[in-house]
Amino acid sequence: MSSAILEVENLNTWFYTRRGIVKAVNGMNYSLYAGECLCLVGESGCGKSVSALSLLRLFDSPPGKIVQGRVLYNGTDLVACSPDRLRAVRGKDIAMVFQNAQSALNPVFTVGDQMMEQIKAHDGLDRNDVLTKAKMLLEEMRIPGAARALKMYPHQMSGGMKQRAMIAMSLSCDPKILIADEPTTSVDVTIRAQIMHILKDLKARRNMSIIFITHDLSLVSEIGDRAAVVYAGKVVETATVTNIMNNPSHPYTSGLISCLPDISSGMKRLPSIPGNTPNPLNMPAGCPFHPRCSKAMEICRRVEPGLVHIADDHTVACHLYGPGAGGSR
Amino acid sequence: MSDILRVRGLKKYYTVMAGLIPRPQGEIKAVDGVSLSIAEREVLGLVGESGCGKSTVGKAIMRLEEPTAGEIIIDGQDVIRLNKRELRQMRGKVQMVFQDPDASLDPRMTVGGSIEEALIVQGMSDAAERMERVGGLLDKVGLEAGFAELYPHEFSGGQKQRIGIARALAMDPKLVIADEPVSALDVSVQAQILNLLMDIRDRDGLAYLFISHDLSVVRYISDRVAVMYLGKLMELADKKEFFSNPLHPYTEALLSAVVRLHPGGRERILLSGDVPSPLNPPSGCRFHTRCHRAMPICPLQEPEFKEVSPGHFTACHLYG
Repeated sequence: MSSAILEVENLNTWFYTRRGIVKAVNGMNYSLYAGECLCLVGESGCGKSVSALSLLRLFDSPPGKIVQGRVLYNGTDLVACSPDRLRAVRGKDIAMVFQNAQSALNPVFTVGDQMMEQIKAHDGLDRNDVLTKAKMLLEEMRIPGAARALKMYPHQMSGGMKQRAMIAMSLSCDPKILIADEPTTSVDVTIRAQIMHILKDLKARRNMSIIFITHDLSLVSEIGDRAAVVYAGKVVETATVTNIMNNPSHPYTSGLISCLPDISSGMKRLPSIPGNTPNPLNMPAGCPFHPRCSKAMEICRRVEPGLVHIADDHTVACHLYGPGAGGSR
Repeated sequence: MSDILRVRGLKKYYTVMAGLIPRPQGEIKAVDGVSLSIAEREVLGLVGESGCGKSTVGKAIMRLEEPTAGEIIIDGQDVIRLNKRELRQMRGKVQMVFQDPDASLDPRMTVGGSIEEALIVQGMSDAAERMERVGGLLDKVGLEAGFAELYPHEFSGGQKQRIGIARALAMDPKLVIADEPVSALDVSVQAQILNLLMDIRDRDGLAYLFISHDLSVVRYISDRVAVMYLGKLMELADKKEFFSNPLHPYTEALLSAVVRLHPGGRERILLSGDVPSPLNPPSGCRFHTRCHRAMPICPLQEPEFKEVSPGHFTACHLYG
């Protein structure tokens, strides 16, 4: 595989709240290769979104702070670089699509104005060229009547249209990396199918790398090349999507997969993961998953497992596979 | 088996007012002639995209929204004719579980208090008896009786949804209308709640109207499935028949839009465009503007909702 264009190393983003420190991202590691779609999968509160926001330092600070770690993009450490350097990367090299298009768009400007603002900030084209580019982007997103859509305010668009307009906006500076944070959660299934189709198409045509954040494993198998499963601020398993789906190794990953009702099977009872995601202010000692884990051992309560390679491009953080494992592989 | 619920020609129109001096500008036909029935112990899944009117159907059955027209028979009684007192009694037989457990529990009341309130309304006067019943209900939904003293913010989303279910069960209803009860929950918790709903049905012999946009969830829980589009039913069939032999092109498209864990080779039907405005629905068949099998007759004449094979209803000119 080609070399990584983005590397996240031991990233720690903590939030200093009145009630204590929330370690939202707590030692996250992953790499993104050119032209691939990496899925960050996990339940709400697991830190997948904060880890993506950390790449571009888009969270509120204070209370949030990157306490440790590096984000390497093209040789630049985005955690340590100057705000000016970061601003040049934001939107231009690395763009983001947010979950809720309604709140990500400014309600008092037309969609066209908002698109053009971004193009002007990075490209320095003149007004006519900017306008043409904005229109082309909307057409690429298959928004009918692109010229008219440019003049629309966000509230005049449907949910699916807004989401597509936002994707168009994020593409306006031809980014190398697109971060899509649950882009289909607030839209209907038929619109979701349209948006997934657009994203897949974009990846193929523009050879763009995508970080796709989702809680829905079925979307992962639809769009992803590789997946990283996130639990309690850490990556607990990374592998190719085929491997994750057919050979999940972490008990949390297999739990997530089996608790999905699959439309093609007539199952009688759904397997479920007992308990709830841990309280971020009060993480369990040892492996954070051990209170919910069916395979928990004595060591899991005390020692936190590190990521180990169990096959080519397949790593997992679980004592079942560690060097000091009880042999019960 | 007798029907616990029968709905005939249910309509709910909203008048849209606009202007400086508000005047009626038109009508939104949120529900436009829906007929369905649910047998005792049966789970009917009601599916559709947002804005199709599926939640309004649920609310109209409870008379939380006053229906514009139609007939709602619950346990032999016509709900629309009931006066206030009779309505309160009827609501003991039909209860609702809402989508957002955060919004449906009073943050300033202990969860025990929230559940107890239902018992007070129902006329259970002995406080000790009520507390015992609250404990029993919490136990039924897999929570500890001691949790009754706690406030909603002390619970996780899945636990709150369990409390919402316990409150609905307080009245020993015969029918529970569950409006997207798992769509706000994480996948791991969603499975817990779906299992709980099935256990309760098996034990207490409840019937559910299960409203959802998620076909995989509906397949798991339902006996029969109905599909709604812009205020009208498009298809209604037994679960097995529905998933193996979908007739309406809209159903086909919905089914093909479901992403699978292990994608098969089936060609996906991509619907073009968005759901049209219910203020001005398309003429003839409402789906014709997005239909991949539309024919010349479709914009002209509205297809009738009729039985194509035993128990399998659809409204489509393909099956005229």
